[in-house]
Amino acid sequence: MVRVTRRYRFSASHRLHSPQLSGEENRRIYGKCNYPFGHGHNYEIEISVRGPVDPETGLAVNPALLDQLVTERIVRPFDHRDLNTEVPELSEFVPTTENLGRVIRQRLEERWKDTFAGPWPALDTVRIRETDRNIFEVD
Amino acid sequence: MRITKKVEFSASHVCRNPRLSDEENQRLFGASANPRGHGHNYVIEVTLEGEPDPVTGMVFDLKDLKDLLQRQVLDPFDHRFLNHEAPPFDRVIPTAENLAIEIWRRVEPQVLNGRARLFAIRVSETPDLFVDYFGENAWSA
Repeated sequence: MVRVTRRYRFSASHRLHSPQLSGEENRRIYGKCNYPFGHGHNYEIEISVRGPVDPETGLAVNPALLDQLVTERIVRPFDHRDLNTEVPELSEFVPTTENLGRVIRQRLEERWKDTFAGPWPALDTVRIRETDRNIFEVD
Repeated sequence: MRITKKVEFSASHVCRNPRLSDEENQRLFGASANPRGHGHNYVIEVTLEGEPDPVTGMVFDLKDLKDLLQRQVLDPFDHRFLNHEAPPFDRVIPTAENLAIEIWRRVEPQVLNGRARLFAIRVSETPDLFVDYFGENAWSA
């Protein structure tokens, strides 16, 4: 069994603001991330899958299939978009990278079996680098 | 405690299974199946797990680790065409998965010094594609 990780990129904007908090609380908690017009990041997402190595191919995952799934479900709908308003699942949540990680995982899981019919590979970890210094992992 | 040593080598390879048609190979491996081969700057991260020796303060002597990686990995693989010059890749397809497993086999017996054991091998074929191998028993517990 090995774990294979592939990295993808998209650039998107967001604003952290919770309707359940006052304006002052939002500014205190989110700081610059609460500025009213939002801001953007070059997100890097690392998708780790695990599975046995197929003795015929030497592969644990066909990278072309993973690329297709991640491109269709994540990169194309998120790239150069506003996460607050253009990703339906995030419209009810503050688009923190924690919540973004959950949405990415859900989006991949919803179509996983259509892409990979057998028991393997399994989705292992979704890791998002919002910046080089802020990294989030969802198991 | 875990310690990691990183080394690099450059090599060429081709990923194709001679028992499959050209079309099948293309579907599975994409450009990696192109018959004349291509190359990568491979980055290998070797992680050992153990407790530091009370006298030396070290889990494993990193100079010894560097020397054994030189012997076991870099000398046979660096600037080679893996399929033609680096067994077992004359018969095992040199995917990143199989490289990680082969490097584990070469390194693991060399680091059993009673204090440290091999924890993981990471093979990065490019910065955007890497494989981790934790040994045969990983995830089976």
